[in-house]
Amino acid sequence: MDVFLLQLLNGLDKGAAYALIAFGLTLVFGTLGVVNFAHGALFMLGAFCAVTLQKILTISKKVKDESITFFDAYKETPYLEIWWGDTGAAIIDWVIPISIFLAIPIMLLIGLSMERGLIRHFYKRPHAEQILVTFGLAIVLQELIRAFFGANPIPVSAPEILSGSADIGYILGMGADYLTYPWWRIIYVLFSGAIILSVFAFLQFTTFGMVVRAGMHDRETVGLLGINVQRRFTIVFGMAAVVAGLAGAMYVPILPPDYHMGMDFLVLSFVVVVVGGMGSLGGAVAAGFLLGILQSFSSLNEIKNIIPGIDQIIIYLVAVVIILVRPRGLMGRKGVMED
Amino acid sequence: MENNSTENNTVLNISNVNVTFGGLHALSEINLQIEEGKTHAIIGPNGAGKSTLLNVCIGKLVPDTGTVTLDGEIMTGKLPHEINHAGMVRVFQTPEIFPEMSILRNMMIPAFAKRDGMFKFNAFTSMADEKEIEAEAIHVLQDFGLVDQMHHHAGSMSRGDKRRLELGMGLIQHPRILLLDEPTAGMARHDTNRTIELLQSIKERGTTKVIIEHDMHVVFSLADRISVLAQGRIIAAGTPDEIRANPKVQEAYLGGAEI
Amino acid sequence: MNKQFFQSDLGTMLLFSVAILTMPVWLDPVGANYPDLLQKFAIFGIFAIGFNILFGLTGYLSFGHAVFLGVGSYTAVWSFKLLSMNVLPAIMFSMIIAGIFAIGIGYLCLRRSGIYFSILTLAFAQMSYNMAYSVLTPITNGETGLQLSSQDPRIVDNAFSDAVVEGLPSTNLFGMEMSGYPGFYFCAVLLIIAFFFSLRIFRSPFGMKLQAIKSNQTRMRYTGFNTRPYLLTAFVISGIYAGLAGSLLAVTDPLAGAERMQWTASGEVVLMTILGGMGTLVGPLLGVGIIKYFENIFSSLNSNRLHEIFSWLPDGLEDFVVTVVSHFVGEGWQLTLGLLFMLVVIFLPGGVMEGIRRTSTVIKNYNAKRSQNKEAVTAAASKESDDGK
Repeated sequence: MDVFLLQLLNGLDKGAAYALIAFGLTLVFGTLGVVNFAHGALFMLGAFCAVTLQKILTISKKVKDESITFFDAYKETPYLEIWWGDTGAAIIDWVIPISIFLAIPIMLLIGLSMERGLIRHFYKRPHAEQILVTFGLAIVLQELIRAFFGANPIPVSAPEILSGSADIGYILGMGADYLTYPWWRIIYVLFSGAIILSVFAFLQFTTFGMVVRAGMHDRETVGLLGINVQRRFTIVFGMAAVVAGLAGAMYVPILPPDYHMGMDFLVLSFVVVVVGGMGSLGGAVAAGFLLGILQSFSSLNEIKNIIPGIDQIIIYLVAVVIILVRPRGLMGRKGVMED
Repeated sequence: MENNSTENNTVLNISNVNVTFGGLHALSEINLQIEEGKTHAIIGPNGAGKSTLLNVCIGKLVPDTGTVTLDGEIMTGKLPHEINHAGMVRVFQTPEIFPEMSILRNMMIPAFAKRDGMFKFNAFTSMADEKEIEAEAIHVLQDFGLVDQMHHHAGSMSRGDKRRLELGMGLIQHPRILLLDEPTAGMARHDTNRTIELLQSIKERGTTKVIIEHDMHVVFSLADRISVLAQGRIIAAGTPDEIRANPKVQEAYLGGAEI
Repeated sequence: MNKQFFQSDLGTMLLFSVAILTMPVWLDPVGANYPDLLQKFAIFGIFAIGFNILFGLTGYLSFGHAVFLGVGSYTAVWSFKLLSMNVLPAIMFSMIIAGIFAIGIGYLCLRRSGIYFSILTLAFAQMSYNMAYSVLTPITNGETGLQLSSQDPRIVDNAFSDAVVEGLPSTNLFGMEMSGYPGFYFCAVLLIIAFFFSLRIFRSPFGMKLQAIKSNQTRMRYTGFNTRPYLLTAFVISGIYAGLAGSLLAVTDPLAGAERMQWTASGEVVLMTILGGMGTLVGPLLGVGIIKYFENIFSSLNSNRLHEIFSWLPDGLEDFVVTVVSHFVGEGWQLTLGLLFMLVVIFLPGGVMEGIRRTSTVIKNYNAKRSQNKEAVTAAASKESDDGK
C-alpha cells in the first residue's frame, strides 16, 4: 500500500510538470492552430528566470571572514546580506517563490513578442513549416541560454524551510518515517493545480475566455462576428508562455535546469498533448498526470523484472498505441487533425 | 417480363440503402437501378441526400444497411481505390486536382492508375519514356480544349477550366460508370453550355452516367431518367417528361413553378 | 554538349560524378580538403538524399530517421566483430537490417499522416534511443558505445589467415584500408550510386505518383491508387539509405553509440534537407555541404583566431567585434545554425535551391530587358540612319 502511494506521489510532480507544459501547448494549438516546437524552450526560459534572479540577488562582495582569526580570510557575501542582514539572507533563501514575480512579466513579454514577431506569420503556412520554424527558434533560444549560462545544470535550492520532507505516513496514521515526501514537490503539485484551475476559470467565466473558447471551436464564425480574435489570440499565446515559464521556474529545485531541458520536456509534452487529444485542455491535464503516474509505476522493480526497460519507453509506447488506436486522444474533439 | 430485361442491363444497383447521422436519416430505403449507357439524373433540394448517396457509392461512407453493386459485384465496404478499379469513378463538385503539378501531369495520373493498377513500383522507367500515356492525356486535353496551357500549373487555372480538367480526369479512365457531382455548378452560362456539349459527346460513346444537378436546363438536356430525392427518400422516378408532369415533384421540389 | 544533354540522366550523372570525385581538388582553396570532412560530406549526403525521397517527394516529415542511421552503425560494427573487417558484408547487412526496421516502423507510423506521423516517428526514435541506452546494452554496449576489441571472433577473417595482428584491425575493402582518402573515395562512389537511384526515382512515374500523394492524397485514393504501399516503399527506401549512411559512419570510424539515434540527430537531417531545398535533387546535398562545412570551420574558430582575423580593426572595436562574433562560432555554432535555419524557413521556404532559382530568374529577366532595350536602340539607330540617307 505504501509503495503504491509513494509511486503515486512520485508520479504526481512529474505529471504536474507535463500537464502544465502540455496545457499551454494544446491551448496554443487549439486557438491559434499552430504547432509550437519552441514551447519546451519557454519552460526552460522560465527555469532560467529563477536562475537569473538568484544570480542577481547573490551578487557578492569579498568580505573579511571574522570567524577565522589565524590569518586574513575572505568570503563572498551577497550585497543583500551586507545591506539588510537577515532579511537579505531570507530574500536569497526564498528566491524561487520570488522569481515567480519576475517570471510572469518576462514570460508574458517573451510570449507576446514571439507571437507578434514570428508565430503570427505562420498561421496560414502548413504545419510542417510551423514545426520547422519553431524548431529553429527552440535551437536559437537554447543556444542563447548556453552562451550565457554554460552547459552545466545550475542548482538552485528551495527555501530552507521547505527543503525537507513531509512525513505523509505519520499524517495518514501509518507511523513516523514510514512514508516521506519532499515538501517542495507537494507545493509544486498544488501550485500547478492552482494555475490550471485559474486558467480554466478565466476561460470559463470571463467574456474574454468565452470568445477564446468560441474561437477554438470555430474560428471563422467568431471572426465574422466582428470580434478581433487576433488580439485575443496574441494574449492567449502570452498566457501559454507564462504558464510554461512558471512551470519551469517552480521546477528548478526538483531538477537543476540546463540549456537542453526544454527539448527533453518538449518531446514528452507533445506526447502528452496527443494522448490527451490535440486542442483539448482537459485532455492535456488528465494525460499529463496519467503519464507521469504511469511512468512512476513502471519504474517499480516488480514491474521492471517482468518487462525489462519498460520504464524507459512506457510513455512513448502509450503514445504510439493511442495515436494508432484512437487518433483523437482521450478527450479530443472529433475531426481535429484526425487522419 | 419487362422487369427482367431491365435487370439484365443494370450496371449499378443501389438497394435498400439507409444512412443515419446521429438521429438524422440522411438516406432512407434508397433503391435505384442505373441502366447501361443511360444518363441518370438525381435532383432534389439542398440537403436532400444527393451527395451522401454519391459518397456511399464511392466508398467514402459505409451505409448502415443496404448494398451497392456494380455489375453484380458488391461495392459496399470496399476501399475507394478498389471501387475505382471496379470501374466507378467520381467527378468531384469542388475540383480535386493536384495544384502544384502541370495540367498534363494531372491528366496523366489517372491514366497511370488505369494502366499500373493500385500499386506498381515503376521507379526505373523515366517519365520521358511514357509516350503512350502522354499521348493519351494530350488527346483528352485536346477534346477539352486545354492542350494549349498543358504545361501550366493546374492550380493557376480558372475554376471553369478546373472543372473541365476534373471531368477529363474521370473520362480518361474509361469508367464503367461515371458519377458527376453538379458538373456545372458555379459556371457561367457559356461554360455550362460547353460542358453540356461535352457530356453529350460522352453519351454517344455509351458511358453510363449518374448526374447530380441543380440546373434544370442541364438535367433536361442530358438525362434519360430522373430520380427526385427529398429528405433522404426517392419521391419520384421516371423519364424527364414523366417528372415534368408529376404534380408531386412540382410541389416538393419545383415549388409548383413551370419548367 | 548542350543544355539538353546536361538535363538527361547521363549528363546529370557525369556532371555529378565529376563534381563529387574532384571534391578534394576544388574544396582545397576553401580549406575543406581533409579526408575526415570529405567523408562526412559523402555520408551525410547519402543520408539526406534518402531522407529527401520520403520528405521531399511525399511530404511526410519524419523526426525519427536517425534510428535507421543508428541501426546501420550497430549492424556494421557487429559485422566487423563477428564476421570480417571487410566493409562489403557490413554495408549489406546494415542496409538489410535498416530496411527491416523501416518496414516495421513505417508500417505502423504510416497509418497516420501530418503531425501524428511526425510524433509517431519521434516516439519510435526515442524508444529506440532509450532502449539502446538501457535494456539493449548487451547489443549496444550502452553509454560506452559498441567498439571493436581484440577478442572479437571475426570468423571469416580468422578462417582465411592465421596471422596474428597487433592491436585492433582496421576496416578494409579486400585489403585496402578504409580510412583517409580511400575511405572518402569509397563513400563517394556509394554517394554517386545513391544519387543515381534517387535521380531515377525522381524522374520516374513512381516518383511522380509520390509527388501527387504529397499534393492531394485523398484524390489519389479516388483515382485508384492504394497510397499506403507507395508511402511505405518510399519510407523503406529512405530507411535503407539511412542504414547505408550509418554503416559508412562505422566503416570510417568503427564504433557506434546510441546518441546517433537521438532525435536531435533526426532533426539535423531535417535541417540539412530544408536548408538545401526539399524535394529537389541536389538541394539536400547542398544543405549537407553548408552545414558540415560551417560546422567544421565555425566550431574550430576560437577567440585567438578571431583576434587574428579582425586585427585590422581599431583596438577597442576589435575586442567588441570579437566578443560579439565569438558567441556565434566555436561552441556557439549551433546558434548560427538555428538562426540561419529560421531565416531560411521564413524567407526562403524552398531553401538554397529556391534562392538559386530566384536569382537566375532575376538575371534572365534583366538580360531579356537589356537585349530588348538594345534592340530598341539599334532599331532606333537604324531608323535614324535610314532617315539620314
